[in-house]
This record gives sequence, C-alpha cells and structure tokens, in this order.
Amino acid sequence: MCCLTQSIKITTDIDSLRSEIRDNSIRVIDVRREGDYKQDHIPNSVNLPLATLLSDDSPERVLKLVNSMGIDDETPVVVYDDTFGALASRVAWTLEWIGHSDVTLLETTYSNWKSLGLENDSKIPEISNKEHSLNLQSDILATSDYLESAKTRDDVILIDNRERLNYLEQHIPGAVSLPYRTLASNDKILRSKEDMVRLFDNRGISGDSEIITYCGSVGTLSGLAYYALKSAGLSNAKLYVRSFKEWKNLQKPTVMQEDAHYWDLSAE
Amino acid sequence: MTISKLTQSSVDSVNPKINWARVEEADNFANTVKLYRQGKYDENSFRRFRLQHGAYGTRMTSDYAMVRVKLPAGEIYPKQFEKLSQLSEQYSIGSAHFSTRENIQLHWVVLEDVSEIFRSLAEVGLTSREACGNSVRNVMCSPLSGVCCDEKFDSTPYALATAKFFLRNPMAQSLPRKFKFNFTCCEKHGMVRMVDVGLVPEIQQIDGSEQKGFKIFLGGGLGNKSFVGHQLEDFTPEDDLLYTSIAVVRIFDRLGDRKNLARNRMRYLVNDMGWEKFQNLVLKERAIVRATQSVVTRLKVDTTTDKIKRPLKISDESGNSTPDGYARWLKTNTVKQKQSEYHSVFITLEAGDITSNQLAALAELIREFSSEGKARTGFVQNVALRYVHEDDLIPLYSKLLQSGLSKSGALTMTTTVGCSGTTSCNLALTNSHRLAKEIQRKFLELKLDEDDDLTDSSIKISGCPNSCAQHGIATIGFFGGGGRVGKDMYPNYQMSLGGRYDGDTMLGQTCLRVPAKRVIPVILKIIELFKENKKSEDTLKSWINRIIHDSEDSDIKSINDIKKILEPLVAPPTKDDDPDFYLDYGSDTSYHTKTGKGECAA
Repeated sequence: MCCLTQSIKITTDIDSLRSEIRDNSIRVIDVRREGDYKQDHIPNSVNLPLATLLSDDSPERVLKLVNSMGIDDETPVVVYDDTFGALASRVAWTLEWIGHSDVTLLETTYSNWKSLGLENDSKIPEISNKEHSLNLQSDILATSDYLESAKTRDDVILIDNRERLNYLEQHIPGAVSLPYRTLASNDKILRSKEDMVRLFDNRGISGDSEIITYCGSVGTLSGLAYYALKSAGLSNAKLYVRSFKEWKNLQKPTVMQEDAHYWDLSAE
Repeated sequence: MTISKLTQSSVDSVNPKINWARVEEADNFANTVKLYRQGKYDENSFRRFRLQHGAYGTRMTSDYAMVRVKLPAGEIYPKQFEKLSQLSEQYSIGSAHFSTRENIQLHWVVLEDVSEIFRSLAEVGLTSREACGNSVRNVMCSPLSGVCCDEKFDSTPYALATAKFFLRNPMAQSLPRKFKFNFTCCEKHGMVRMVDVGLVPEIQQIDGSEQKGFKIFLGGGLGNKSFVGHQLEDFTPEDDLLYTSIAVVRIFDRLGDRKNLARNRMRYLVNDMGWEKFQNLVLKERAIVRATQSVVTRLKVDTTTDKIKRPLKISDESGNSTPDGYARWLKTNTVKQKQSEYHSVFITLEAGDITSNQLAALAELIREFSSEGKARTGFVQNVALRYVHEDDLIPLYSKLLQSGLSKSGALTMTTTVGCSGTTSCNLALTNSHRLAKEIQRKFLELKLDEDDDLTDSSIKISGCPNSCAQHGIATIGFFGGGGRVGKDMYPNYQMSLGGRYDGDTMLGQTCLRVPAKRVIPVILKIIELFKENKKSEDTLKSWINRIIHDSEDSDIKSINDIKKILEPLVAPPTKDDDPDFYLDYGSDTSYHTKTGKGECAA
C-alpha cells in the first residue's frame, strides 16, 4: 500500500494555474463540448470533449490523443470541465491509467472561473505532437470480473456515486451510497481535505481497505470519487470504469431497497 | 441530473436573528453513531439520543434516517434555503419536504451522514435538536402572524421566545411524550385547539390601558384518538405566558403516563383527569411557579419590528404582458395583508415536496421580492413569501413560472395534505403521499381551485390511523389501512367528513371505507352531491357542517345518507376485472400491509 499519500496533489488551485499558464509550463485540457470550447476557454487550453475520448478509450487510441495534445511523460497536465469536475476526472483518470503521473484537476469549474472574471479567450493553440510512453496502471482499473471476485473480500469497499434514489432502486450488492454531490463544497469540485477525511471517517471508509467506485455508465461521477478518495489520503482506490450500465448488461446480480415508495417523495 | 449553481448570490440578504444551532452537537452525534455501530451503545438508548437530535427512523431499514429541521415560528431566511438546497442534493434524494408543523425534512439520509448535516445547518443557524423524541417540538406560529387582518397583535416574537426558552432546557429533555405549542394569528386561521398548548393573541382593557395576552387552549391533539383542546381561562396576560407554559409542562412531566406509551400524550391525561381538575391543577401550579422562582424568569420577547424594505429592482419589467394563468394564481395563492399594498404569496407544492433547485430559487425570490427578506412555512406543508408589493406580483409570478413553482390552488382544497406514508415511514400502511399528489393533480386539471364553494374546505390523508397528515380536522379526511377480498389485499382508506380547525374546531365524523383507487371518484361524487343540494350561500364546508349538526333539510340529512349514496362506488371489483384496484399508487407489485416499529413513543 502506498504511504506517500500526503504529498499527492489532486487539484490545482486557480492562482497556480494562472501563473502556470503564463509560464506556458503546462498543458491544460478542456473537456467540454467542442462548440463551448470554441466560444471561449482558458487561454492556451486544448479541447478533448469527453465523447471523443469515450468513442474509443483503448490504450492505443488514448496514447494517440495524448500525443496529439502535445503531452509527453514529463508534461504537467491540468484538466477542467463545467460539470462539477466529473468529466475532467474521467479524463484525468484515463491519463493516469496509461501511465501519465503528473495530472491534476482544476479546483473549480469553468463557469466559476468565468464568474470570477478570470482570463479566457477563443484562440486555438497550435500544438506539435509529442511522444508519450505507454505504461498501463492496471491497478487503478476494476473490471466487472475483478469486481465480482473482490467484492467477496472483507477488505474491499464498493462505493456507488449515483444519486440516492437511483441507488435505492437498484445497486450492486454490498455497495454503499455516496452521491457525487457529497464530494463538493460551495465553490470547489472537492471539499477541503479535512472535511473529506471526516466524511469518509464517519462512513468507516479507511485506508485499511481497497476501495472501488462506480456510477451509472462511463465512470465520470465515480471518477470524481476516485479523486476525492485520493484527496483524503485513501490512495488504494480503483475505478470500475464501465460501471453499473455494464454490470446490468452482463445481468449480474443487483439489489434494491424494498417495501418503500421513495420515488414518490421526489418533487422532480 | 440537476446541477445547481456553485456560486452564491451577491444580493443583500437579511440574516437570521437567532442562532438555534450548537455545532458541537455534530461531533457528539458522529461519535455516538460510531459507538453505536461498534455495539457500545444499546439500541434503545441510541434511538432516544438520535430522536432527541431530530433524526427519525426510516421505513424497513436502520441504515437511513430522516432529519427534521426545525423552523421555529416557521421563519426561514435565504441563506438557510440555499443550505437546505445543497444538503438535499448532497445527503438526501435531491428533494426536501415541508411538514405540517413548519419543519423541513430531509429523507433517506445515511445515518453516518447525519452529523455532516448538523454541521452544515449550524453554519446557517439551524438545528434539528428536539424535532423528534419526547421533547418540546417545533413551536409553530401562523404564517400570517404579523400580516393577518384579523389578528390582535403579532404573536411571532412570543413563539420565538417560547421556542428559545424550551430548546435544550433540562426541564423538557425527557417528557413522557412529545409536546407541542402552536401560536396563531386569529381564530379563523386556527390550529390552536388540536394541540397540547394553543395560543391566540388577545388584547384586553385592564384599568383603562390595553393589555396584551393570550387565549390559551390545552389538551387538544390529533392521533390514534383525537381530542379538542379546552380554554384555560378568559384571558392570560403576556406576563403569565411563560409561567403558564412551565406549569403545564411540569404537570405533564409529573403526571403523564410513562408506562402506556400508546396513550400518553397530554390530551389523555386531561381526558382521564377531567378538564376542571386539570384546569385547577394548572392554575395552582402556575401560582407555585410564579412564587418560587429563585431568579425572575422571563421570556425574552424581542419585539423590535422587522425592517420592511422593498428590494430595489434592477430592471423595469412593468412593460411586460401578464403571463397566462396569472389571474387564477393571484386568486388562489395570495392574501392581502393588513399592511396596504402588500400581499402574502403562498407557493403551491405537491404534498410539501420541493426540489433542490426550487429551494435555491426561493432564496433568490425572497431577496428579490420579499420586503421582510425572509419566508414563513405554513400549516399545510407549504411556504409563503410575505410583504410582496402589489406592483411586484406579476414579475414574481413570471419568476415562479421559470422555477416550476407557479401552480395555482395553494390556498384551496386542491392542495391536499399527505403524510410521508410508505415513501419513508415505518408505520405507514398506504402510500398516502402519492395519493395526495394524485388528487391535487386531478383537481387542478379540473380547475376545482377556482371554485369559490370549495376554497375553505380541506383534504388531508394519513397513511395510518396516527394523524401526521391531521386527517381528523379535514373537511374530507382519510387514513390508510388494508382491505381484503378473499386472500387478496388492497389499499383502503377510512374517510371522515366535517373536521375543522378554526374557532369551531371539531373532529370529522367517520363515513365509510374507500379503496385507494376510488378516493378521487368518491370526492368528486361528494362535490356533485353538494352542488345538487347546496343553498346559495353554501360552501362545501358549511354544507357538510350542517349535515353533521342534523340541521340540513334537503334529501341528504346525515353522514349515513352520504354513505348510502357512495357505497356502490367503493365495492371491490374482482382481481381479474380490475387488477389495478389491488395495487397501491406508485407500486406495481401486489399490495400487502407491512410495518416496522414506530418511534413516536420511543
């Protein structure tokens, strides 16, 4: 188990990013849709819409995308989105998975960046290709087969990051519910470390366990949870990236909260 | 997926005057949950502790709790709405629920997260402490107190002072059972004769000067067995308010039944002892309380008046046309205040449910439109924005349209009260919550909210014989149970007629059992009968009232006559003919009654 967790940097704060942009010492990835990106974005950022990544997220394809964004093994990368950090997390996790070690999330969303009046423009930077090596980090990925066997172990905690009602209606047996909204604070995509540690500690989620996160379909909400865990020093985490959609398609067992009509309490 | 704004508004907010919270209670709760999970805290002690802190159990599971946030006198401020919006998304189901006692509830909260909610509530001065358990529950006050045309004076400061006095007060930490205070504005708006202590503001001329005080009603209450309260004395001067309250709480504490938990609310004590004896006891006890205080104890009544300041408008929207539905909404959702040019605006909700985004929208709307800068929760799972200037009503309505909060009928019979029922409550037998929503949707579709004859009537539905939806005081009330044809069960409701909660408070009379899927046709049939037989000045309420008091001279002279006409409507079909009849609302599996342990008397 890793014990250097204290020093792992999960998010990049606004001030640091601004000076890093000025130094042009990093690569910033905007994972919003192409149209939104074209309108305006953080200066010098490149666009990688999540859908582009998801259309084929095999290691070879990801490597190509990474190279085309001018990222090599040494390039620090900061990822941002406008979806409370969930899409950015999925991209960051994918970079980590192919072996890129220096990737962080912008601590806030693009909307908030803009509402603070911070710099943005519509210029599309010219990027020259770079060569990134492929060094798959399989230990941060959980497949359905892996999950099925791991679930039976006492030292594994499975976390469902979908909204509470979806969880109550159907979830993977043994999972605990931690809606993605719980992970954020007022203006940050992740709570402060102190708050995060306390939240997990109350839930009995501790460093003694291996922790696997999942959400609805493509590992975005659970990607955010993956980074939330790491921010609290719980680095023995894995993302079940194909999540509940695959689990259901494979017709693996699910359970529900019975004998209560909780959906009728919703005002949606 | 809902995405709420992460940024907070920069518009000026009125800040809460009273901080009800103690942040250390969050840590204490978190630690106690840990000890309980480790088996170091026994089940019963933990339940009492949990309830004392305002976390109620959830249907068929010990993993979740419902957190009942108290809003003393119903007052709620923009920042508090924003916080509740956030909490409902983070820890609950993305919606919150307004109760019938001016609380806001967060359901399906993981027990281990409850302390996080306490911590966040403390940031905005709110608490759920003593919202459940054997304590003095949320002190209510009429949502119109301070603006009601018929009130003698504003009782809000007295309600707040009473809440402040009893919250965390050692004398009220372990009562035989829960204890409720309701303040109101006037007799008409009521709700004071069906509660442990009900108070109506009064003014009397004493020695040539005006003296503030209250008419106090004791020993009422709704439940498995309900009673109407008794008036203690002609007039209780304000200086005696606290002494009277203490005296009553003390007597209940001393004499209330601590063994038979099923019938130990104070109303049973009053009933068993007889009113005169109880009344004498209270008056004697009050004399003792007054005479034996070691230091003079007084209510800290803050009567500084709130600043009324019409928010500045950035854009002038006076040129805009009137949106569709405005006239209907104006008629059924707003009340003219005694302050000229100002209105109170009630928001129509479905059985008290509101989304996270709508809670955030309300915060904005208060800042933009309420000249007192806060809102009030009401008696019927609702919320009101007050001090809205008449020139701002159209712009406000337009904004409500955008938030999905513009439905009409808030102040009419169409706004049906439904307890949480099988959506979350351990005791529920039926999905009363969904039924209430179904009735409201149907009746708004039929535009029954525009019918003046129905405005002063009410429909209230509880999911079991306990009275969380206050069905006993409804014009048409229902409580849930199971019906049976052979081995097949179906959801069924006992219907009562003629309940009321105004100056002539009385409990409804039992009429007949109505299957869940026949409730809507039965109510419509009652309305039809009324229309056929009404006199020109009649409302549904006055017509039923006359029937109950045997003074109706048309064809329908008694509840029994109504029953006979309705009986054909409630006959169960066979399961083959109508399988839907055997399903409860919101359910596609066969109906069976299933309950867990109640916690009211824990």
